[in-house]
Parts: sequence; structure tokens; C-alpha cells
Amino acid sequence: MSEPRLEVKKTYKLFIAGAFPRSESGRSYVVESHDGRFLANVAWASRKDVREAVVAARAALSKWSAATAYNRGQVLYRVAELLEDRRDQFVAAVRDAEGATQRSASAQVAASIDLWVWYAGWTDKVAQVAGSSNPVAGPYFNFSVPEPTGVVGIVAPTDSSLLGLVAVVAPVVATANTVIVVADERRPLPAVTLTEVLATSDVPGGVVNLLTGPVDELAPVLAAHRDVDGLDLAGAPGEAAGALEAAGATNIKRVARPAPVGFDWSKDPGTSRLLRFVETKTVWHPIGI
Amino acid sequence: MTDTTEPRAAPEAIEYAPAPESRAVARLQSSYGLFIDGAFREPIDGTVFKTVSPSSEEVLAEVVQAGPRDVDAAVTAARAAFDGPWGSMPGRQRAKYLFRIARLIQERSRELAVVETLDNGKPIRESRDVDIPLAAAHFFYYAGWADKLEHAGFGARPKPLGVAAQVIPWNFPLLMAAWKLAPALATGNTCVLKPAETTPLSALVLADILQQAELPDGVVNVLTGDGSTGASLVAHDDVDKVAFTGSTDVGRRIAEMVAGTSKRLTLELGGKAANIVFADAALDQAVEGIVNGIFFNQGHVCCAGSRLLVEESVASTVVDMLKRRLATLRLGDPMDKNTDIGAINSAEQLGRIVALADAGVDEGAERWSPACVLPEKGWWFPPTVFTDVSPSHRIAREEIFGPVLSVLTFRTPDEAVEKANNTTYGLSAGVWTEKGSRILAMAERLRAGVVWANTFNRFDPASPFGGFKESGFGREGGRHGLEAYLDV
Repeated sequence: MSEPRLEVKKTYKLFIAGAFPRSESGRSYVVESHDGRFLANVAWASRKDVREAVVAARAALSKWSAATAYNRGQVLYRVAELLEDRRDQFVAAVRDAEGATQRSASAQVAASIDLWVWYAGWTDKVAQVAGSSNPVAGPYFNFSVPEPTGVVGIVAPTDSSLLGLVAVVAPVVATANTVIVVADERRPLPAVTLTEVLATSDVPGGVVNLLTGPVDELAPVLAAHRDVDGLDLAGAPGEAAGALEAAGATNIKRVARPAPVGFDWSKDPGTSRLLRFVETKTVWHPIGI
Repeated sequence: MTDTTEPRAAPEAIEYAPAPESRAVARLQSSYGLFIDGAFREPIDGTVFKTVSPSSEEVLAEVVQAGPRDVDAAVTAARAAFDGPWGSMPGRQRAKYLFRIARLIQERSRELAVVETLDNGKPIRESRDVDIPLAAAHFFYYAGWADKLEHAGFGARPKPLGVAAQVIPWNFPLLMAAWKLAPALATGNTCVLKPAETTPLSALVLADILQQAELPDGVVNVLTGDGSTGASLVAHDDVDKVAFTGSTDVGRRIAEMVAGTSKRLTLELGGKAANIVFADAALDQAVEGIVNGIFFNQGHVCCAGSRLLVEESVASTVVDMLKRRLATLRLGDPMDKNTDIGAINSAEQLGRIVALADAGVDEGAERWSPACVLPEKGWWFPPTVFTDVSPSHRIAREEIFGPVLSVLTFRTPDEAVEKANNTTYGLSAGVWTEKGSRILAMAERLRAGVVWANTFNRFDPASPFGGFKESGFGREGGRHGLEAYLDV
């Protein structure tokens, strides 16, 4: 007779430059389920890890933003495919984290997958919707196109561990930015597991970087970092958001303020997040023979 | 004046008889009040200061330095107008007011041009041919949007934000007022406009135009004053939107003030544009573009092409051609229609330009200016070109906001892109080449909000304008310009 099989547990690590390092600080913290069970010792990222993640995001930017929009759409669709493949795993992770019912967790995972599909389809349409040819009063061809803002720091929502995360990350990478995400501090496991999907979905290393740890320690470093161009404070606590926005003024960061408390992440996202971190570039050229 | 050896003999300077514009058409008053709630008023807690002509240092008029209670009165009037007639007015009605304003600017264009040149110091030719016509065009363009907002791509019923605090610079006083007011009014906001300390007059003439247009009281209020007036306006609790054009340092402070509030913010800040000339460019045209890029408006242009990046193989040719061309520029009385280079706007700005130019010499760059006589009164700086500039020099990194060009060279397109993007700014860039595919490749790789290919310093109300990186965020002009004043 064989003994009951002992489960092999996963180590939850950071996701930086396409690799899964522990925190350089060697620190970790305990993550519990909604009902107080021990789930994992999660990496407790340091300010140096934040800096490493910014370096990775900056390094990945030129290739990701130079990829064709069609190619980026294919990559994002691939994320949806692999997420679908691991649906049950994510349903279990969301249930553990949030205490959601099977039905609610299933709906959230399905909505997360569908959001990747929605944004995959946007990559090669956003320039047609947000760009224009401009009828200037002179012999010039003049057109405007949306371009990525660059490196964007994201404080993930704290009320939706998977869907909320996808709702803020997917639109920003769809428009060819690269990101550093500070995961929901208390419920980071669905986010860490999502990075394992990203790592195998042809998303180039460094396009998405994920840090776990105390938000009040990590977010200020990200907000003040001069090589970060934009800041999405979706999940930043209200009392801290003003200070983070002010820190972002150092290098004139574009700042998205916190999402309203109780925001319904499953509702139609429209284009506001998609267009939040783009810069309009306008090109003039004379017309003549 | 530092005249050094000419590369080749400059063409004989052509003598022109002076062709001064009449200053009588300006109809300046000896003093102006604040424009609040549809009328010119005495200040509540403000004081009085004098605005002077930068080309002669003579006093033009007395204006008010608005105090905090004046700011409060203006914001209160703007709020009442937003909650009252303006907020509920149909778009087609707002449109008609904007069309009226555009027409009135055209009708009073000569007066406005003279006022602008007297107060700012820019050549009358530029205020007459660029500033005033573009200001009118801006109102005309946004007038047409006021009743078409549901077609603008911001949802079925886009809503205005409320009261907009708008703080503008001194380099294009009336044009910047138009850039701020026209989209704000078209989208149904009300405004408190704070023109720059040194150039308040054209905004006050505009206030008179708004009265002639019978714009409802309080829809636009004009507060003159210095940075402290601007600061109390930006900090006012009942402001919903802050729009600022000016230096990156002040923009940074405004972003800090607005952080943690529900106020929306757009910023149009400094620049250090690269103007890139490839060896295959039409060099005569490129030289005209270089001159227009940095010497237009005395270089008091945030998108000025202040860094010339020229391909090494043609660098000496281009610099020689440039020097010959600069020798023909006419510096002097801004009211003379022949004048190319007017006065520096203020003693303070002249001080900044002098300090940075001196730093250029100290750091080892080679300074050159054409022979020209500077008038005795007023504030002047000759067109200046620095060669042997390295990217680490202050004159290659810091915004000078004056008629000073730094010349750098490159060997490959990659190096040009690298050098052009090696700045904290990202407002504009220029590319000169006869090769179409190269233009598009460069335009794609340059991190700048406006790229001029085989042209420079072109502006149009239909063309979105604004920066990447520390040059600010938000766009002015075009459909994109509506977004800054809508709740989206």
C-alpha cells in the first residue's frame, strides 16, 4: 500500500525581467487565506527589487513598443489561451484568496480571460480610434498617432485579486507600455500565478514585472523613481494616494488616481484605461512637388 | 557683441527705410482693472504694478496684482456662471459666442498685434502674421466643436469639468489665452485666466472683446498678477481644472499642489528640441528651418529647435550657411515691420539667457554672433550660435528660452536618435532629409509630441500640440484638445 501522497508546494516569488527571483533582501511574509489558513511565504520585495524591476521594464520597452500591433495582439490573445487552460487553478486561487463562492470565482476568472481577449483585439485598432489626420490650414500633411507613455508603475486593486489586476495591467501593455505592478499585499497569490502564465505566453521578459510586499514600502519608491513615466494608483489607499501623486511630480509622471471604492471590475471597461497611458505624437510634412 | 571672423563675406546688408507701425491703434488706457463677472473692477485686496515695453523700458499701463480675495471673487463668478447660464446653454448657442469672439479678434487684429508687440517685444510682423490670426483661428475651430461633442469620441454625452483655472506664459500672450479659453468654453466650462506678469495687456483687450461679444457675465474672468496670484488661483478649493503653460519647475510645483485633490490637470512645459539635419537634406531650406526654429520670437518658444544635430559630413557647410544667413537678420525696434529679432521680454529673462550663454563659453563651447548693434534701451540679446558643444554642456541640456542655438553633430541615424532623445524634455523635434522612409522612421523613434519634417514651428488649431516626458501632458488643439476639459 502506498502512503498518502505528500503535496509539492510552490514557492511564490517575484517576477522581474521574465525570471522568478526571490527578493534580493531575502525577506518574505506570510500570506493567509480569507479564513486565516497559511497559504504561503511570499517574497517581501525591497526598494532594490523595485529598481531592478524598473530597469527590466525600461529595457523591454523598445522591443515591445517596436513590435507590430498585430504581433502584440497575438501575444495578448495567447495569454487568454493559457489562462483558459489553467482556469480551474485560478478559480481555486481566487477562492482561497477572497473566499468567493465557486460561482463567483468562476465568473471572475472567465471575465479575466475575456478581458485579455478584448484588449488583444484593441492593439491594432487603438491608433485608428485615437489617432487622426488633421486638416491644417496650409500645404502640410499632418497626422497624430498614440504612442506608449513608457514605463508605468501600477498599484494593483485590493478588492479584486485577479480580475482587478488584469483590468489595470492588460490595457497598459496593450498600448505597448511596460509595467511594474505592486500586487495586492494581502492577496497576491493569483497575481503571482498569473505571472507564470505571462512567462509562457510569449510576453517578452520585462514587459510585465510583479512585486509582492508592503504597498506602503514599495509604492513610494516607484512613485518617486525618475525612470518611471506613469503611475496608476488604482489600488493605492486613499490617504496615501495624494503623497504618491505628489512624489510623481518629480518627473511629471502621468497619474491615474485610485479607482473608487467598490468599483465593479467586471463592467464594460470602455476605452478610458486603454487611453490612459498613451502620448499623442503629431507629425507635420510639407506637401509639394 | 562678439563678432568673430566671417566664414565668407556676408552679403551687403540691404538698407531698409524704417517702416514703423503706428502705436496709436493700440488705444492703451493708463490703467486697467481686473475683469471679474463681466466687468472691469477695482481690486479688493490687490495692489497695482506697471507693465513696461521690453524694447524701450517705458511704462505702458498700470495693472492690478490680484490678491487672494480677488481670486476668490473671480472663482465665485466663474462658479455662478457655470451653475447658471453657461452650464445649461445648448452647445449650438455656445458655438455662436465663440464664432463671435473669433470674428471680433479678426476685426481688432491690428490693435491686438500692436498691443502684443508693445507689451511683449516681439516683432510686429510676427504678432500680425502669426499670433493674432492663429488666436482667431483657434476660437473659430473650437466654436464648431461646441455643438458636436457627442461626435468627438468621448461618449454620448460628454460633460464639462466646471471652473477652469488657466495660467499662461508671456511668450505668446493672446495665442496662449486662445489655446486655453477656446476648448474650455466649447466644452461648457467657465474660466479664470491668469496672464503672465510681464504681458497682461492683450488678455485685457480680449476681455473687452468678450464684453463686445456679450458673453454672459463670469464665463471668463481675467486676473492679472505675478506667480503668487497664479498660486492662489491654482490652490483655490472651488477650482475643478488647472491648465498651465510655462516652465517645468513651476509645472512640477503645480502638480504637487494639485496632488491629492479632485482637480484635473494638464501641463505644457519646457523643451529642448533637437532639429536634425541629414547630409541629403535640401540644405538651403534646412537653414531657413533652423533659423525659424530657434530665432522665431527671439527663441522664447517652448518647442524651439535649440539643439541643431547636423550630420558630420555637412556640419561645417551648414554652419557656414547658417552664419551667412544670420548676418542678414535685422534686430531692433519690434514695431518696425522690417524687424526679424525683437526684444527679450524682461530683464529677468535676459539675465537667464546671459548666464547660460556664459556657461557655454566657460564649459568650452565656441560662441558666435553676427555683427549687430543692440539698442541702448530695453533688453536685447544677439542671435547666438555655439559650436563644439558636447551633450553634457548646460547649453545642450537646459532650456535657454532665448535666441541661442547649440550645434552638435552625429554620424548615423541611431546616434541622431540617441542624442535627440537624451533629454528630460520631449516637446518637439525636427527632421530634415529628402528620404521619405527615413523621415517616418525618425518620426517614429523620436520621443516628442510634435515632429516637424522638413519644416519647423508650424502651428494650427486642428493640430494637437503637447509634450512627452517632462514637457508635460495633455494636448491642446484638434479633437484631442477637447479631452482636457471633459470629464472622461
